[in-house]
Amino acid sequence: MTDSGKESREAGVNGGGPLVVLENVNKFYGEHHVLRDIDLTIHRGEVVVVIGPSGGGKSTLCRTINRLEPIDGGTIRIDGKPLPEEGKALAQLRADVGMVFQSFNLFAHKTILQNVTLGPIKVRKMDKTEAEQRAMELLERVGIASQAEKYPAQLSGGQQQRAAIARALAMRPKVMLFDEPTSALDPEMVKEVLDVMINLAAEGMTMVVVTHEMGFARASANKVVFMADGQIVEENTPGEFFTNARSDRAKDFLSKILTH
Amino acid sequence: MNWNVLLDFSPLADNSDKLLSAFWATIRISVTVGILSLVIGTLITAMRVSPIRVLRVAGAFYVNTLRNTPLTLVLLFCSLGLSDTLKFRISGTPSINFFWLAVFGMSVYTAAFVAESLRAGINTVPMGQAEAARAIGLTFTQSLRMVIMPQAFRSVIAPLGSVMIAMIKNTTVVLVASYYEAASLMKDMFEQYGATLPIFIGFAVGFMCLTLPTGFFFNWLAKRMAVVR
Repeated sequence: MTDSGKESREAGVNGGGPLVVLENVNKFYGEHHVLRDIDLTIHRGEVVVVIGPSGGGKSTLCRTINRLEPIDGGTIRIDGKPLPEEGKALAQLRADVGMVFQSFNLFAHKTILQNVTLGPIKVRKMDKTEAEQRAMELLERVGIASQAEKYPAQLSGGQQQRAAIARALAMRPKVMLFDEPTSALDPEMVKEVLDVMINLAAEGMTMVVVTHEMGFARASANKVVFMADGQIVEENTPGEFFTNARSDRAKDFLSKILTH
Repeated sequence: MNWNVLLDFSPLADNSDKLLSAFWATIRISVTVGILSLVIGTLITAMRVSPIRVLRVAGAFYVNTLRNTPLTLVLLFCSLGLSDTLKFRISGTPSINFFWLAVFGMSVYTAAFVAESLRAGINTVPMGQAEAARAIGLTFTQSLRMVIMPQAFRSVIAPLGSVMIAMIKNTTVVLVASYYEAASLMKDMFEQYGATLPIFIGFAVGFMCLTLPTGFFFNWLAKRMAVVR
């Protein structure tokens, strides 16, 4: 199932056209140069997995795409339009870019259903009944419809993360960003979240995924981006990358995580 | 020593109707100030966390000025300064005019303390909540109103209760702004009957009847509304 989805997407990638384009992006935290001359193009329907050692700039890269982190140089365009600086235009753009966080960040004072309907009602101006109906469909899809009336703290980590994915999907985003979505989860809950992501990829969602889950990269990615020291060291297909990485830095990284 | 006067509760009984109307005046001003100070305090807090520098500075200036000025001075300025000197009249009827001037003075003063409590509350809301709110496309004002403030409020309900209790007791100072309430009546009764223990006890208990339930209510609300993380 998954493989056929991936192949059909690979066939479609050529016709998909660029959706997210980063050109010469630079960012500093004070003296620390966290992103160095990043050039990256993500095509419609493509699943890009970003891997690399901690502190290499993966999460920062992911967060610059919806401007949760402002950049100090270069340009980022989404669907042809440069990222707006601030204000309403930026909010509108963020509505089109779904984001899933490492620590879920579900609104603690709202039920799961309210978490999912808030954006559609307040940002998309969707009618409440319609928003709730759609939210229930999404919760059904990620397998937690029975938890709709509970509060985030009453759910397990895996359930919370699936709710967070549903919340992002409710905005009908053009692209989904995943910032280490399984890193805060207990091991037995990783699979239930990855399964949702694998299905999403198979359905043709454009995704940028920062993760340490090599299994997901192998199963769903069209492209692997290896980052270290704020730079993109290597861009490759998953097949090539895991068996025959071009750069020494990547080979070194892979030898540390794959052989044990 | 005149033990009769010390144990004589009859002045309270004789003036029960005056007592009731004086405490009713205290309740009226407390409730009005409570609502207004929450509204003003929330706005000031919003200014203090806004992305616009001018608003942040103005908010900080407001809090630091009002919080460090004695309430008596604020109220005297409202009654003498605004009303008498600047001829700023809210109503032609003196009792209504002084009521609103006292409300104004107490509200702007109490709002500074509400704002400080709320700002502490905002600090308890994890960064990720604001990021998630922005990530789904809420504007700054929307995320403040729908995500940050509701959680900030819930975490400071108990301290806000303390602010409200202090405010109720502070209403006794409004006699300097010519508004007649419980403390004004106590002062008059002291002048008429002498400053006796029973009169003092009567008024102290009267205030406790207002402040103790306020404290219980806010503590109950804090437990009920607590955000579980």
